[in-house]
Amino acid sequence: MKFSLKLFKRTNDKSNGTPLEGKKKSSDQEVPSEYQDALVGALGLKKYFAIKQGFLSSLAGTQAYVKAVDDINFYVRKGEVFGLAGESGSGKSTTGRLLLRLTDITDGRVFFKGKDISKIPARQMKPLRREMQIIFQDPYESLDPRMTIKEIVAEPLRIQGLTKNEKEIEERVKQILSEVEVVPPEEFLHRFPHELSGGQRQRVAVARAFVVNPEFVVADEPVSMLDVSIRAEVLNSMLELVQKRQVSFIYITHDLALAKHICDRLAIMYLGKIVEMGPTDQVINNPLHPYTQALIAAIPVPDPTHKRGNIPISGEIPSPLNPPQACRFHTRCPYAFSECTTLEPPLVEAEPGHFVACHMVRK
Amino acid sequence: MPVLEVEHLTTNYKTLRGWVKACEDVNFQVEKGEAMGLVGESGCGKTTVALSLLKLLPSAGRIRKGKILFNGNDLVKMNDNQIRKIRWKGIAIVFQGAMNALNPVFKISDQINEAIKIHEPGVSRSAARERVEALLEMVGIDKSRADNYPHEFSGGMRQRALIAMALAANPEVLVADEPGTALDVVVQAQILKLLRELKDKLNLSMVFISHDLSIVAETCEKLAIMYAGQIVEYGDTKSIFEKPLHPYTQGLLGAFPSIKGPRKKLISIPGQPPDLLSPPVGCRFNPRCPYVMDICKKEEPGLLPVDQQNHLVHCHLYPQH
Repeated sequence: MKFSLKLFKRTNDKSNGTPLEGKKKSSDQEVPSEYQDALVGALGLKKYFAIKQGFLSSLAGTQAYVKAVDDINFYVRKGEVFGLAGESGSGKSTTGRLLLRLTDITDGRVFFKGKDISKIPARQMKPLRREMQIIFQDPYESLDPRMTIKEIVAEPLRIQGLTKNEKEIEERVKQILSEVEVVPPEEFLHRFPHELSGGQRQRVAVARAFVVNPEFVVADEPVSMLDVSIRAEVLNSMLELVQKRQVSFIYITHDLALAKHICDRLAIMYLGKIVEMGPTDQVINNPLHPYTQALIAAIPVPDPTHKRGNIPISGEIPSPLNPPQACRFHTRCPYAFSECTTLEPPLVEAEPGHFVACHMVRK
Repeated sequence: MPVLEVEHLTTNYKTLRGWVKACEDVNFQVEKGEAMGLVGESGCGKTTVALSLLKLLPSAGRIRKGKILFNGNDLVKMNDNQIRKIRWKGIAIVFQGAMNALNPVFKISDQINEAIKIHEPGVSRSAARERVEALLEMVGIDKSRADNYPHEFSGGMRQRALIAMALAANPEVLVADEPGTALDVVVQAQILKLLRELKDKLNLSMVFISHDLSIVAETCEKLAIMYAGQIVEYGDTKSIFEKPLHPYTQGLLGAFPSIKGPRKKLISIPGQPPDLLSPPVGCRFNPRCPYVMDICKKEEPGLLPVDQQNHLVHCHLYPQH
């Protein structure tokens, strides 16, 4: 079988070069057609964090980088729930922040509604921010303890200048609060975050993100701080909003079992790379990458009769400061062979819509 | 005879606003070589039970009623000196949060050594060193790493080191408080596998505390489901998963996503756990229960067997006699 997919071919093979050389001219390139139809897309997206070093090595001029996100490509269609899954340190949160331009992009392009937004100045980002929002993990930290619920939810409306009419602001705040089931909203308007339970706080955070009618929302582990019995409720009312408003939704999680139940498509990340991507059912039921297979085998199943197979991989995720060369997974891979240590596997389409970056699958 | 028998254990915390009823009338037994899972959400009192077992409660916590029988001896009545002889040699604990439970300024070997020396004062230096190395090898850490500091260990290795430390004085009962919770799934699976192997090898009895039903499903023979300071369902793991009786257990199982099986909409339990300063009268689950009846708001149900003797439930839906 011959795989050819121009889009996911590596465009820059000098992956060890300093981050800013390479493809500076990317903005001159054409926008690929898939990205024009998609709402959000990342093309060759990279984020390298420079590491503080001692005086001597700074004289030597060898700056070291943590390659948090290293050349990833994907897009999210309108109204799609796209899951980004991986262990801690895999770069999934950084990816979410890069798409929203909350972190500076080292290299590569981000498309929003067919436009490259990776280079536009911060001032021009402001109107776009109305259309893209984020929900953070910890509702105990993401809400200002000195603001009332009304002020918290109204703040995006005020910043965006969507309405100056106080009455209308209150109406919209009440409306969105009842949509996320913080009911009756009148009772909550003048309360402070500490008076609310964790679940209610996270609902307020959801309301704050959705009050400006965004078209694209990133949710970074939105329910991992909540208890199981409350989690499903918050998740369901969030997904209802996503569906009702046809929002493109990126769901960042380490919990594949949860991702399976809510995502349309799923990308598995490992050390800053996407190793597998495709429709959720295909990725979960027919995982092709050895890492995805191990990840799925490692998830405990709430069924005492289920016999767990052996987890084929050992060890822990290596430091992103000094990731393994070529295929980053080869140090833990049970099937690794010589090619894996010398050549980086590209992300190729193994079956329609299902991409994997592994030399085994290419053979 | 069970190794550990807890009868009517009631542990409360004293606050300015009254007693926080974190653990009320808790009963369970753990046999030799058996693992019991204590499952519940945050704030349900599961860690309070664990700390009561070792009498390690913070200063506001009191055991107000009940017995903790370890090989027939009541720990509640013991004074500090007596309990110190039980701790670690009889019952040891693996604390929650592998990242913070180790002292950052001491070598791993010194920290395990300390546990050995306190409980076996006469042991020679070389013998203690051998024990440290043997313990580390047993939990899958190479002995050359013994003189590392905690920051040189990864999260999974720290958790392993904590397990090694808990096993330093050959305890009969191991209390594991959320082992692996802060770790990634692959590492978590390795830790669970290690605990299962150690349990079989050393014939350990375990009290396994977790909020995650899927973790206890594969590690424990017996389960106790806690809600708002009380055990609401108690029995062997298979029958609880096959036929959950308490509405809370049913709700919890419905809210749990599984990687196996078809996609489904997750069902949640409406409402939130009560404030334990003044828990609801009657059954503590009644404000959230879909089957609530009048009697639930007045009378507290007993933890009684249904159908079989080894499956108990704390609910008015089942005959109360």
